[in-house]
Amino acid sequence: MAEFLTNQGISATLATFIATFLGVVAVASFGLGWFSVLGLWLERKFAARVQDRMGPNRVGPAGLLQVVPDLIKMITKEDITPQGADKVVYNIAPLMAVGAVILIWAVMPFSKQLIGADLNVGAIYFVSVASLGTLAILLAGWASNNKYALLGALRAVAALVSYEVPMILSILVPVMLAGTMSMQGLVEQQHIWYIFVVPISAFIFFTSNLAETGRSPFDLIEAESELVAGYNVEYTGMKFGMFQAAEFVHAFTACALMAVLFIGGWRGPGSDQANLGGTILGFAYFFGKTMVIYLIMMLIRNTVPRVRIDQMMAFNWKFLVPLSLINLLMVAFIQKLIVPQYDSVLTTISGGGVEGGLYDAIGANFVAELPRAVILLAANLLVLGVLGRVIQMFIQAERRRVGEIASTPNPLHPPQRIEVAVGD
Amino acid sequence: MLQVNEWLFIGIFFAIAWALPATPILIAQILQPKRANRLKRETYECGIETVGDAWVQFKVQYYLYALIFVVFDIETVFLFPWAVAYNQLGFYAFFEMLLFVALLAVALVYAWRKGALEWT
Repeated sequence: MAEFLTNQGISATLATFIATFLGVVAVASFGLGWFSVLGLWLERKFAARVQDRMGPNRVGPAGLLQVVPDLIKMITKEDITPQGADKVVYNIAPLMAVGAVILIWAVMPFSKQLIGADLNVGAIYFVSVASLGTLAILLAGWASNNKYALLGALRAVAALVSYEVPMILSILVPVMLAGTMSMQGLVEQQHIWYIFVVPISAFIFFTSNLAETGRSPFDLIEAESELVAGYNVEYTGMKFGMFQAAEFVHAFTACALMAVLFIGGWRGPGSDQANLGGTILGFAYFFGKTMVIYLIMMLIRNTVPRVRIDQMMAFNWKFLVPLSLINLLMVAFIQKLIVPQYDSVLTTISGGGVEGGLYDAIGANFVAELPRAVILLAANLLVLGVLGRVIQMFIQAERRRVGEIASTPNPLHPPQRIEVAVGD
Repeated sequence: MLQVNEWLFIGIFFAIAWALPATPILIAQILQPKRANRLKRETYECGIETVGDAWVQFKVQYYLYALIFVVFDIETVFLFPWAVAYNQLGFYAFFEMLLFVALLAVALVYAWRKGALEWT
């Protein structure tokens, strides 16, 4: 693109700028357009099926275009700014909520060649950008001049910043294994999907992302029974719609990040060629993996009941954070014990006269990483086993405690025999 | 792509990320009806008139969580460079980090013992 423009007599800087600009527009509009139509439809249909309903089925084939009338409705609704609200902050918040999520897509590797910007600090970039969303929630709640909104926002922020800690700690593990923070590098180094190498990290990342995106069972941000609607109670029309869009796109983005970090992103048979076919294949793999995780997320959303706020915080600080610290230390230790011997294995294979084509397909690096992966997996399973035992002990202790409380007679309400008079 | 171009990309992306949500909101500003009245602009709380404004004091628990969060967030900022360079470092890197994480674990245990992690 840039070369084409330069040949037309445009200066190199401007040509690069235009090419970059067009690329940006393509990536960004792809993000919003695709999700709003197909993703929302899928989400609604799925929720409907779980709840034994039909779901949208009137507008377009199988209700696919339901988003369009929804959008028209939302766009023609009146914006109301409540009295006493901080107008500037009130209006910035919805923009920031969506902007924060869209910014993550700048470093998302769609395929070997297709990536917005392969920053060498990609992992830190998306963590920092994603936390802008938390700020947007705080701004919205604070500016609304509504007690429910403020309460909801504060609670949301307390929960979101807490869950950010195990999320970042779990990202550290793939970064450490790959030795790079670049998103493209992280995918390229995954000769074995990291979910099979470090399942605990994958689990922590997934769980904390459920909380980060405000998904059930951690959807306390919008606990309607306690907070009316949470931080966005005063928003109407399109600004409210922006918060909904932000939440939805964030959930999808989290799934895409999970796919990139732990199940190999665009990796798959034939996708590492630097041509059009490889790009399309890689894109398809990336999207397929994202959708699989998204389906799991939807299933959890529609079937698991909401937890209490104290349970949510305790789960984070007393379970996820210590676990992720232990996990990090364990992986670091094992990684220093066993260093993959890439070069030696490569020479043995080529020297041994094994047919090159087959080994290229499986990947010589796969073989090189296998011992470390197996030992890491074993260590992970060991930790999981110990963890299960500890949890069981806690459950038994809790049962005993609750049992004692239940069996102690309450002096204020002594048990009474209820006499039922039969006949008169 | 050159490194400079990548940050240029992020810069443009930043502008677009704000413009994208702003566009529908602006379109809505044109299309929507504007029939303002005083009752409509009242705070939506319980159906009765609200008392005072919303900027009230809230409990200290939120600050405690924020403090612990800051401790761990700073920690991870230091851990990222360490993780990237880990493959090139010797075994001592592991023990150095062990010490660092242990110090923070002490902070967590302290907060836990003090009851800062209880949501009351």
